[in-house]
Amino acid sequence: MMTLNLIYVIVVCVSLALTTMRLIKGPDTSNRAMALDVMTTASVALLVFFALFFGRRIYVDVGLVYAVLSFIGVLVIARFLERGIS
Amino acid sequence: MRLVSGYVLLYLGAFFLLVSSIGLLRLPDVYTRMQAATKATTLGVFFSVVGVGVLNPAWLLECLAVAFFILLTAPISGSALLRASYKAGSQIAPATTIDKTPEFLRGDDK
Repeated sequence: MMTLNLIYVIVVCVSLALTTMRLIKGPDTSNRAMALDVMTTASVALLVFFALFFGRRIYVDVGLVYAVLSFIGVLVIARFLERGIS
Repeated sequence: MRLVSGYVLLYLGAFFLLVSSIGLLRLPDVYTRMQAATKATTLGVFFSVVGVGVLNPAWLLECLAVAFFILLTAPISGSALLRASYKAGSQIAPATTIDKTPEFLRGDDK
């Protein structure tokens, strides 16, 4: 059981690391914003799993709030890319 | 039985997250990468969260709320980001042969 949990966390962290590589070398701002979106969405999965792992129910709510904030942040970045500061 | 199905869902989600990050690294431009970034990531997080809900049925409603929210908002943010990156002039891969977005944005693609 412990091994299964550990393997899951390792797989998700490898996926986060690969996304970080895109975040670092992404040619322009839209690639970086997209990588950030993927990273936050994957972190929600990790947060909800940690809620199960540590037996703390509040982490699920933290994941929900994190998803809401990431959604709003991506919309703001998209608006900024489209029209600039105005 | 509940344990097995929960872990199967959890690992299906981890598989989709891994596939999406590999696609993010290997696809040629931002428009193809967005395929991996929205579809595969949404599926991965959906399966992971529902798997946690199956493993601990007392939290099933909260987990379904998170999954529903992800399922609702990921296409919206992906579409907004993609339209913005087209307008910001992001590089299109040379293998692209047809680009009808200007006509679509003007609104005469009847």
